[in-house]
Amino acid sequence: MATVVNIFSHTIGRKLIMALTGGFLIIFLIGHLAGNLVLFVEDSQLAFNEYTKFMTTNPFVKVLSYLTYISIILHVIYAIVLGRMNTQARPVRYSYNKPAQSSTWNARSMTLLGLIVLVFLIIHLKSFWFELKFGAVPMMEGTDLKDLHTVVIAAFSQWWYVIIYVLAMAGLAYHLDHGFQSAFQTLGLNHKAYTPVIKSIGRIFAIAVPALFALIPVYVYLTQNNIL
Amino acid sequence: MKFTLKIWRQAGANQSGELKTYEIDNISSDMSFLEMLDVLNENLVQKGEDPVHFDHDCREGICGMCSLYINGRAHGPQRAITTCQLHMRSFNDGDTIVIEPWRAKAFPVVKDLVVDRSAFDRIIQAGGFVSVDTGGVPDANLIPIPKDTASEAMDAATCIGCGACVATCKNASAMLFVSAKVSQLAMLPQGQVERYSRVEKMVAQMDEEGFGSCTNTYACEAECPKEISVTNIARMNAEYLKSKFTSSDSFAGKS
Ligand code: HEM
Ligand code: FES
Repeated sequence: MATVVNIFSHTIGRKLIMALTGGFLIIFLIGHLAGNLVLFVEDSQLAFNEYTKFMTTNPFVKVLSYLTYISIILHVIYAIVLGRMNTQARPVRYSYNKPAQSSTWNARSMTLLGLIVLVFLIIHLKSFWFELKFGAVPMMEGTDLKDLHTVVIAAFSQWWYVIIYVLAMAGLAYHLDHGFQSAFQTLGLNHKAYTPVIKSIGRIFAIAVPALFALIPVYVYLTQNNIL
Repeated sequence: MKFTLKIWRQAGANQSGELKTYEIDNISSDMSFLEMLDVLNENLVQKGEDPVHFDHDCREGICGMCSLYINGRAHGPQRAITTCQLHMRSFNDGDTIVIEPWRAKAFPVVKDLVVDRSAFDRIIQAGGFVSVDTGGVPDANLIPIPKDTASEAMDAATCIGCGACVATCKNASAMLFVSAKVSQLAMLPQGQVERYSRVEKMVAQMDEEGFGSCTNTYACEAECPKEISVTNIARMNAEYLKSKFTSSDSFAGKS
């Protein structure tokens, strides 16, 4: 046990937690997105509410969702721990610095980008997850299903909610564009042939997944307001 | 050539410092950056002022002694060179040049632009060595090493320990330096004896010195005068995790 504690009190062990939790959250995103895409289907109410029921009752999904909560919490805690360590490592800052010459903006702004994702997560969990668990979500007529679909459509019919959603997904995209390949490096996986492939896959993932997530509220907004 | 220099002046370790402005003229474009500072210092001495303290030794890019954060970049605007290899022709006539010391908690300022980099020495002392038999000189080809391995170890070994990686890193992390020193030995047969205890001890010392952690921005690789690859960082991560999770003595409470 002492060894385990020891690992996570050192730089590389702390980063291991970031990489493992970040990696798990990447997998979580795929699953979450797959479910959300149901909203693109016409007359998706029944399908979406059935999916919601599955997600809240299936024991396997339950285990995954607890792992997701733990991952988010650990990821944020260690972001703070590492962030503190990193600011303490340079008590006097440069009065003139040009970091853009040697590294990308998003690599240097992981904390800010993560914070954007975190703020979004809180809003997001409040409007759907919290309502479903503790709020008063009405039942769908003629079924034993909670009608989360109506709650989602109502949220996505508000322009400001859609804008927050889209901006947060942009933040997530930049977070992932650096984070995806970074996790491999942290785990010690760097290879002449595979690393360029990992970077390409990471970039495609970082653009495609948040873009698809963001498209859903935009689509709902446009159809609900009879623009599309 | 003519320049306006803004140079960090700090009388001592525990004193506060500030950027001071100096004008300098008649600088040849063929002068190195350090020669330009020599001219400045001669002017200052003639005026009876305290010359600007800066580190240097070989002045040919091999010792790692020269440092300087020049116009917001470690070792100035060019890639893959040290400050002593930087020439004034890299600047435009009339430019303002800001010169600061390496900034990191683990590299305290001694005076002006001179910082104390002995944190690096202590990391090496913690494990950056091999145990060798004494006795006669062994035959050159006694230990077979694949050419690729030897080359990669040699690439890591070209690190001159200048500290540009720490200086440029947003976290003031020493991961590139430490990983180069871990890698050059971990890849070779002679380094196997202490392979795992080495990486653990050197990483522990690195943390103790107060360097930051690695966010994988790869600024270090971009600014390294010897172009040390961040592949070494991944290798060190792997060596460290392997040691922590597999080696038996790790569980016996080894540091
Ligand atoms: C779905 C959400 C998220 C995913 C998929 C994700 C993914 C990742 C990945 C893969 C990494 C790279 C790990 C490494 O360098 O080894 C990372 C790094 C990071 N994440 Fe996240 N993350 C998410 C949310 C957050 C949140 C909410 C925060 C809160 C502040 C955050 C803060 C950070 C920070 C600061 C780093 C850089 C750590 C460092 O190397 O210094 N992330 N993230
Ligand atoms: S003085 Fe030796 S490397 Fe610059």
